[in-house]
Amino acid sequence: MSGPVLSIENLTVALPAWSDRPHAVEQVSLEIRANEILCVVGESGSGKSVMSKAILRLLPEPHVRVTEGRILFDQQDILSLSEDQVRALRGGRISMIFQEPMTALNPLMPVGRQIDEILEVHSDMTPAARRQRVVELFDDVRLPEPERLLTSYPHELSGGQRQRVMIAMALALEPALIIADEPTTALDVTTQAQILALMKDIQQRHGTSILFITHDFGVVAEIADRVAVMRFGKLVEEGTAEEVLSRPQADYTKDLIAAVPSLVPRDRESEEAQDQPVLVVRNLVKTYGGRGGLFGKVGRTVKAVADVSLAVENGQSVAVVGESGSGKSTLARCIVGLEVPEAGDVMLKGENIARLSRRALQPYRKVVQMVFQDPFASLNPRRKVGDIIALGPTIHGTSREAAWDQARELLGLVGLDPRAAERYPHEFSGGQRQRIGIARALAIKPQLIIADEPVSALDVSVQKQVLDLLDELRRTLSLSMLFITHDLRVAAHVCEQIVVMRNGELVEQGSTAEIFSNPQHDYTKALLDSVPGRDWRH
Amino acid sequence: MKTFWQRFLGNPRVMICLLWLLFVVVIAVVAPAISPGDPFSIVGQPFLPPFGEYLFGTDSLGRSMLAGLVHGARTTLLIALIATISAVAVGALIGAVAGYYGGFVDDVLMRMTEFFQTIPAFVFAIVLVAILTPSAQSLVIAIAVVSWPPIARVVRGEVLTVKAREFVQAAVIAGERDSKILFREIIPNTLSPLIVTGSLLVATAILTESALAFLGLGAPNLMSWGFMVGAGRSFLRDAWWLVTIPGVAILITVLCINLVGEGLNDALNPRLHDL
Repeated sequence: MSGPVLSIENLTVALPAWSDRPHAVEQVSLEIRANEILCVVGESGSGKSVMSKAILRLLPEPHVRVTEGRILFDQQDILSLSEDQVRALRGGRISMIFQEPMTALNPLMPVGRQIDEILEVHSDMTPAARRQRVVELFDDVRLPEPERLLTSYPHELSGGQRQRVMIAMALALEPALIIADEPTTALDVTTQAQILALMKDIQQRHGTSILFITHDFGVVAEIADRVAVMRFGKLVEEGTAEEVLSRPQADYTKDLIAAVPSLVPRDRESEEAQDQPVLVVRNLVKTYGGRGGLFGKVGRTVKAVADVSLAVENGQSVAVVGESGSGKSTLARCIVGLEVPEAGDVMLKGENIARLSRRALQPYRKVVQMVFQDPFASLNPRRKVGDIIALGPTIHGTSREAAWDQARELLGLVGLDPRAAERYPHEFSGGQRQRIGIARALAIKPQLIIADEPVSALDVSVQKQVLDLLDELRRTLSLSMLFITHDLRVAAHVCEQIVVMRNGELVEQGSTAEIFSNPQHDYTKALLDSVPGRDWRH
Repeated sequence: MKTFWQRFLGNPRVMICLLWLLFVVVIAVVAPAISPGDPFSIVGQPFLPPFGEYLFGTDSLGRSMLAGLVHGARTTLLIALIATISAVAVGALIGAVAGYYGGFVDDVLMRMTEFFQTIPAFVFAIVLVAILTPSAQSLVIAIAVVSWPPIARVVRGEVLTVKAREFVQAAVIAGERDSKILFREIIPNTLSPLIVTGSLLVATAILTESALAFLGLGAPNLMSWGFMVGAGRSFLRDAWWLVTIPGVAILITVLCINLVGEGLNDALNPRLHDL
């Protein structure tokens, strides 16, 4: 390999005075060599994104600004260039791919024109030559029917196609370096696998260097040549992908890697015959849309859940796995009574609750409770933690004092200080809030917990802790759990049974071990093949 | 991060304006002590200029301007405050119910709100006062009736966003009743924009009350700033203080309320201001 394409020397980025720490990035030195993919891995707040923005001088100055260090590219310090020179660099020699392709593309302009515009600004090609080049680029990123896509608008494309357009845009001027900031985080697993393969392929064909920012070690294992691990703005470890993934040196890296759930499915522990399943769902159907408005418009209808049947035995944990739009969350909402299904039965302990009124549902609230996805939206910011947890029991007739005592006990059970009951949710981190959410779900002493993506908003290291907590509580309190997730690793880690859903339909179900070793349906196979870093055993 | 009060009171404009408003409120409260008796009673010769025998001079009938100002502060503030509180209560309730239940209820309530919004507010207020016959009570009703629609819209929008948050669903799953979900989970989270809109509404209410009194539709037998401006307007060239002094009082008070409202907004939404 030749010399570095870009070298960052002692970069320090200051944060504004009201932040919780003085520097977003502190004394980081990194090199990106020619023709390689360097993955920068870190949890939220590690400064990885700020660093990548500093390279193209995209920081929200003056609040966040570089105070020290150099960023060398083509023997020039980017930080000392004039605004015009930086503009020529952006999109020209260095380009960027963002996390959310829908917001990174202009919704009012055809995608072909958006790439054409870059060529128009940075080169003196004729319109016909530019058009030819855009078609080549679309072809290069394996977009179907490139000619037709020229005039398509972003909303007409799928998420994966939009990210392909972003990549085509980044490639337009044959840059020496592409900075990709979590480019696959917003995508479904199967799409993510395709985009990762495409990026690797393009990197090899064009000899471009890629700086790839991610939080996901699976993605790192999939794509990286070299890896840099960051934490609290500092570089923790750097090395080749092989070194870092199999022989990590720093303790933090070891912890992070250990926190990634392995793809080895857990065994079924309880084989004893069950008397009556706690939850049985039979032929459930839920359709959205189609309701006429005030003036009788009839909208498009979407079958969110189509004829789904499943059962959760006592003490069992079942994962519902699917990509976005698979209907897995709607299924959960139907079971807890947040949605009313059109057809089918939801049997809780033998009683059908599918079409009960809210009042009639009241006794069944004690049987099933829910843990939510977003730890920041799921706790009322204006109420004390103790009140939040005590809400359920007080509704069901416990006195306020008794409910508060129980709330303190529960806080201890989920690994928090019982005195946390007196505080407000904003004083806690995401992982701690999710523990509070779990305590709330346990407060009514339910027999079945529905967990809707409870760890997808959390960092990997915290994710592991919350999963282990859920698993432990489930065993000690002999609860049943229906676990909604998009992540097969998580499913394999906590559930004995897996149900795979796609487009509202149930595709396959069986024990985790069976599904992992011998998937029957093509879609299940595709899902398993798409798990990033599936060949990496740690 | 500074606390709300540090951000709010640390703003010099807010401090100055709060001091002025406090001053006006104190004057209004102790009005009978400052100038005892009826502010309509004749105390001396008409058209005495200010800073002579009487601090602010006398008006066309020889009534003390000072007595008018302090008693007027009382009427103006009281009517504006009660009208605003009623408007906020009605508007917040209608907006919250519309936002929470959605669908048909929302359609009906919002069409009704729009109906009120399409009528020019001031003309509507005049019509209402004329129908109800001028009195303090009808002024309050008229001002409240024309000012609730914006409150309802603000609250409805906030409720719609808060309703979608997961803690509301958690309360539903816990088996909470609708009224409790609305009042204990949702409305406390819509307070910031409600307080800001409400505080600005007080300023509008003072202006509406003054304008109505200026047109002679104010409460009879109650001295108010708008009435003083209205009574003095024909003598503008001969006795400037008759119009100017109550006019300036209205101007400064309304300006201060607006600045305090703005300060509240900045303090409640610190990120907007900092970045």
